[in-house]
Amino acid sequence: MNPAQIFFWPAIVLAGVTSTALALVGLAPALAILLFAIWSGSIALLAREPSEQRFPDDGASASSAIAIADSMAAMIEHSGTPLLLTKGSRITVANKAARSILGDHILGQDPRVALRHPEAIALMESRKHGEAIVTGLVRRRDIWRVSRHVLDADYAVIELLNRTSEADIGRAHTDFVANASHELRTPLASIIGYAETLRENPGDLDTPMATKFLDTIHREARRLQSLVSDLLSLSRIEAEKHEQPAKPLDYSALVERAAQDAAGVDRRDRLQMNIDAGLRVAGDAQQLEQLTRNLVDNALKYGAADGKVSVALDTGPHGNARLIVSDTGEGIPPEHLPHLTRRFYRTDPGRSRASGGTGLGLAIVKHIVERHRGRLEIRSTPGEGTTVTARIPLLSTASQRVTKDGKAASGNRMSQR
Amino acid sequence: MMDHTVKAFDEDITRLRGLIAEMGGLAEVAVQEAIDAMVRGDKELGDAVVARDKKLDALETEVDKLAVRIIALRAPLADDLREVIAALKIAGVVERIGDYAKNIAKRVDKIEERGKFEPLTLLPTMAELAAEMVHDVLTAYAARDPELALEVIAADNKVDAFYDSIFRNLVSHMVENPKTISTAAQLLFVAKNIERIGDHATNVAEMVHFAATGDYPPDDDDI
Repeated sequence: MNPAQIFFWPAIVLAGVTSTALALVGLAPALAILLFAIWSGSIALLAREPSEQRFPDDGASASSAIAIADSMAAMIEHSGTPLLLTKGSRITVANKAARSILGDHILGQDPRVALRHPEAIALMESRKHGEAIVTGLVRRRDIWRVSRHVLDADYAVIELLNRTSEADIGRAHTDFVANASHELRTPLASIIGYAETLRENPGDLDTPMATKFLDTIHREARRLQSLVSDLLSLSRIEAEKHEQPAKPLDYSALVERAAQDAAGVDRRDRLQMNIDAGLRVAGDAQQLEQLTRNLVDNALKYGAADGKVSVALDTGPHGNARLIVSDTGEGIPPEHLPHLTRRFYRTDPGRSRASGGTGLGLAIVKHIVERHRGRLEIRSTPGEGTTVTARIPLLSTASQRVTKDGKAASGNRMSQR
Repeated sequence: MMDHTVKAFDEDITRLRGLIAEMGGLAEVAVQEAIDAMVRGDKELGDAVVARDKKLDALETEVDKLAVRIIALRAPLADDLREVIAALKIAGVVERIGDYAKNIAKRVDKIEERGKFEPLTLLPTMAELAAEMVHDVLTAYAARDPELALEVIAADNKVDAFYDSIFRNLVSHMVENPKTISTAAQLLFVAKNIERIGDHATNVAEMVHFAATGDYPPDDDDI
C-alpha cells in the first residue's frame, strides 16, 4: 500500500470541503467545480499509478527474494558443478555437488567455514568478482578454482571447479616425455659405450670379449627397436581410439596363431591352449594379434620359469569373447595392480629390463581393448599366479555358439563398453 | 544447527565459527608451506610464513573478544555455551599450531648440506601426516563430527611413531658425522615441532568432540 492509496478518500473529502468553502466565500461555482475536478482527478491518478513502481520495499520484497533464492536453488541443485549462493556472510544455498564435497553442514554457515584457505577468504572479503586457486579444499592435495560472482549488495554465487585432474594430466604428459626419453637413452648409452670401446681398442680385445660386446650392442639395439615400435603402435592406437574397428574376423584362429607366435618354438610346449573355435568379432587383426602376443609373452616371461601358461578363449556373459591368459608364478602384489596399465610402469624394473620388456606392453593391451569397446581385468594372487582377462564384444550375427544365455548374449552386446 | 530465536546470537555464533575456520585455514597453509620451505631451502617462502603468523595472532584476539562478548551479552546455555567455550580454546590451540609452523620456517636457513640428510626425506612425510590431521580436525569442527574427531586422535600415534624413528635416525647420524651436529640438532627441533602440531590437532579434536557431545573422548594412553 502506498500513501496515495491510504489517503485517497480523506484527500477527496478535503478537496470537496475546500471547493465548497471557496464557493461559499464567493468564488464562481463553475470555477469551484473545476478546481474540485482537477484536484480529485490528480489524487486519483496518484493513487492508481505508482502502485507497481513502488512495489519492492518491506514485506513483499523479502518474500520475493526468498522465492528467487528458492527457484535458484532448484535450478542449480542438479548441476554437476559445485555451486554456493551466499547472502551477506551466510551460505543460503548449496547444490548437491557442493554438499557432497563440502558436507551438509555448510548450509547456513559462514562461507569461511566451507572454504577456509586464506586465498579463498581474501576472495570472500573483497566485494568484487574474482577467482582464486585453492589447494586442499576437500582432500589435502587437490586443486580447486574458486570463482565468485557478486550478484548485488547481498547475494553472491561461488563456483568451484576441480582442477586436480588437469594438473594430473599435465604431470602425466611431462612424466611420459621424461620416461620415454629416459627409456630411449639407456640402451643408446650402452650401444655408444660398447661401440667406442670396440673401436678404440681393436687389438686389446680377445674374440670372446669382442663377441660379448657385440652381443650387448645387438641386444640393446633390438630393445631400442622394440621400444620405438611399441611407442609407435601405442600412439597409433591412441590416435584411432574413437573409431571402433568394424572388420569381422575369426578371433579363434587369430588367437591361436598369435599365441603360438608369441611362444616361439622353444616355449611352445609350455602353452596350454583351450580355444573355442569359430568365435568372430569385429576388430583390427593386427591389433588383436598384438594384444594376444603381449599377454602370452608376459605370462611366459613373468610366470614360473617352466610353469604352464593357459590360454583360453570362450564366450563370456553378455556376448563377449573372453580371452583368459593365466600363469602360475609369484603373482603381482595387490598395490601394483591399479598401475599396471600405465606406461613404463614396472613392478620390478631390473627384471623387466633384463627380459627385454619395454614397460609398454600392458598399456598397449589396455588401449587395444578399449578401442574394441572391451574390458580388461587383471587378477593376481601373490604366490599363485596372475590371470588376465580381455573381453571383446562378439559379432552379434556370429554368436550362434553361445551357451545358455543366448538371447542375452546378442541383446546386451551393445551395452558393453 | 537449529536457528536461534535471537537472530543476533545466531549471527554472532556464525561469525565465531567463520573466524575459527579462517584461523584453521591459515594454520593449515602455514604448516604446509613451512615444511616445503624447509625441504627446498626456500628462505623467501619461510619468511612469508613467519610474516603471515601475525594475521593468525590478530584473529585469535578477535575470537577472544567476540567469545567474551557473546558470553557477556547473550549468556548462552548448553550446547551454545560449549560451542563458545570450545571456540575460545580452539583459537588458542590453532594459534599455537601457527607458532610451531613459524618456528619451523625460521630454521630454514640454519640447515646446511641439504640433500645429504636422510631424515630430511622423512620429515615431509611426517609433516604430511600432521598437516592432514590439522585439515581433518578443522573439517570435523565445521561439521561438528565427533567420529572424525576420534579418527584424528587415533592418527596421532602415527605421527608419534614417526617422531621416534626420526629421533633415532638423527641421533645415530650425529654419532657418525659429528660435523653435522648443529644441522641435525635443528632438524630435531623441526621434528619435535611437527610432533607438537600433531598433539595440538589432537587437542582440538578433543574439544570438537566435547562441543558436539558434551563429553571428552575416552583417554586411552595419553600422557
